[in-house]
Amino acid sequence: MSNELVKLTAAQMAEKIRNKEVSSRELTQAELDVIEAAEPTMHAFLHVAADEALAQADAFDKKLAAGDTEGLPELAGVPIAIKDMIVTKGIPTTAASKILEGWVPPYDATVIEKIKAAGMPILGKTNLDEFAQGSSTEHSAFGNTYNPWNKDCVPGGSGGGSAAAVSSYEAPLALGTDTGGSIRQPASFTGSVGVKPTYGGVSRYGAIAMASSLDQIGPCARTVLDAALLHEVIGGNDRRDSTSIPAPVPPVAAAAREGLKRDLKGVRIGLIKEIGGTGEGFQPGVAKRFNEAVEQLKSMGAEVTEVSLPHLSYSLGAYYIIMPSEVSSNLARYDGMRYGLRVMPPTGVPQTAANMMAYTREAGFGDEVKRRIILGTYALSAGYYDAWYGSAQKVRTLVIEDFAKAFEQVDVLASPTAPTTAFKFGEKTSDPLAMYLGDVTTIPANLAGVPAISVPCGVDDSNMPVGFQFFAPQQHDEAMYKPAAALEAALEDTWGGNILTKMATPWLAD
Amino acid sequence: MEHLADLARIALSDEEITRMQGELNVIADAIDEVQKVATDDVKPTANPVPLEAYLRPDVAETPLTQEEALSGGPVTDQGMFVAPQILGE
Repeated sequence: MSNELVKLTAAQMAEKIRNKEVSSRELTQAELDVIEAAEPTMHAFLHVAADEALAQADAFDKKLAAGDTEGLPELAGVPIAIKDMIVTKGIPTTAASKILEGWVPPYDATVIEKIKAAGMPILGKTNLDEFAQGSSTEHSAFGNTYNPWNKDCVPGGSGGGSAAAVSSYEAPLALGTDTGGSIRQPASFTGSVGVKPTYGGVSRYGAIAMASSLDQIGPCARTVLDAALLHEVIGGNDRRDSTSIPAPVPPVAAAAREGLKRDLKGVRIGLIKEIGGTGEGFQPGVAKRFNEAVEQLKSMGAEVTEVSLPHLSYSLGAYYIIMPSEVSSNLARYDGMRYGLRVMPPTGVPQTAANMMAYTREAGFGDEVKRRIILGTYALSAGYYDAWYGSAQKVRTLVIEDFAKAFEQVDVLASPTAPTTAFKFGEKTSDPLAMYLGDVTTIPANLAGVPAISVPCGVDDSNMPVGFQFFAPQQHDEAMYKPAAALEAALEDTWGGNILTKMATPWLAD
Repeated sequence: MEHLADLARIALSDEEITRMQGELNVIADAIDEVQKVATDDVKPTANPVPLEAYLRPDVAETPLTQEEALSGGPVTDQGMFVAPQILGE
């Protein structure tokens, strides 16, 4: 019984709750049971908040019984997992770093306030690359997360924990953060759906800052509609984030439902020439599934053309100046003074505040975080700021203009989400540059502030999932949900069910 | 490298300093690449979704209590964060 429950989509769970066929507590308990069975091999969670989740579920069930749920979002009562990059009052938040180990935040992020107001129980906090810096979750200070499709493979990153939790049925929904692809690439690697909303579409208040001009919170789910429903819960203006857009959330759930009708007549889709799947580094299995998906889109009436964004090839360079620069600035706050780790200098070294900071940061940060802080400090060095950071900001303008021109010709753009399927543990840790190159398809959306979604489009010859990415114009997130939902519905028809039916789930009891 | 580590306040080990020297090339390559197109006539972008700056309404709010604000501090005393020696002897 409980297995049938956890395999429902979030929308189906919500419907059963509304119809009183199942309580939020029963659902939450079912997910906690899966977490207990799966975690020894999955390690998607850094902290499971079982007691708090059940208390939240009970509180919601009481409200529902009293008929007091008027005005709550459709997903009310459905449990959710949270990337440990988002602060949760009373629940430890670490960013997968030793420097924050044991920290219990005294406040909630805006998205957490919204989740709680919606009566959605929080199951726990999911694993990630330390401070969301990495593409495999191997840079977590607290151990690897395993890909539910193949335990030898990474789940992607930085949000590998949220993606693995969702695709392994440990949680129907999760929140992620996306600075260069940290929601979309793990979705691609795990056969789930991941969305980076328009920059400023979801409040960043309470998201631990990595690179503030690129960071965005977004939904992780198993279906496009579930992602849309969660997007509507967390989106909207928040005056505590000065980059928050003062406008309502775009109608993304309606667009997803429209897409499920599988009619794309009049929808113009542009395939991005520069990252279209034929370039260097793209696996043939990825290109094959991508091209088949394009045929599906055409068969539903979409007009498909090829579009060039000529400055995309400079994206990676611009990203690897802007991102570490902002990282070095944002992570200056971990100074051993107000929260987190403090390590005093060894005997013989003056016991000053400056030395305390240096020894605290040496002990508390992992290799990848130190590397990026040093690179960023270098890029922002006195005398070079304009020439380096300034040049990267100019490339950003060029990329934004490329997207704007492309969206004059088409409604949405498309590319594979990642050049490869999930790689093996250790395969790229010794070569940071190889790891960085894998982000070439996801980074442009962060630079341009446009929304993008990853939706599964099949498996390669090793039965590992491939992701299909749609990009939409700024503040028109709904435009990508329609073709994404249509593609999902058409492909599920050919597969005879969700892509996750192709995955073995030995951790689920019969 | 030692100067950068000092600026970043990280007491890097000798082994880390040697390793990261080579990795600075990553950023050097990135800089060469972007400077090819970052010409004088292109304006820089800081926020990809430009917004007017705005002020919140001038209404008093309840902030964190002193106890909450201090709750994560490594060392606190009498309602204050305790820092190691900041100035010279």
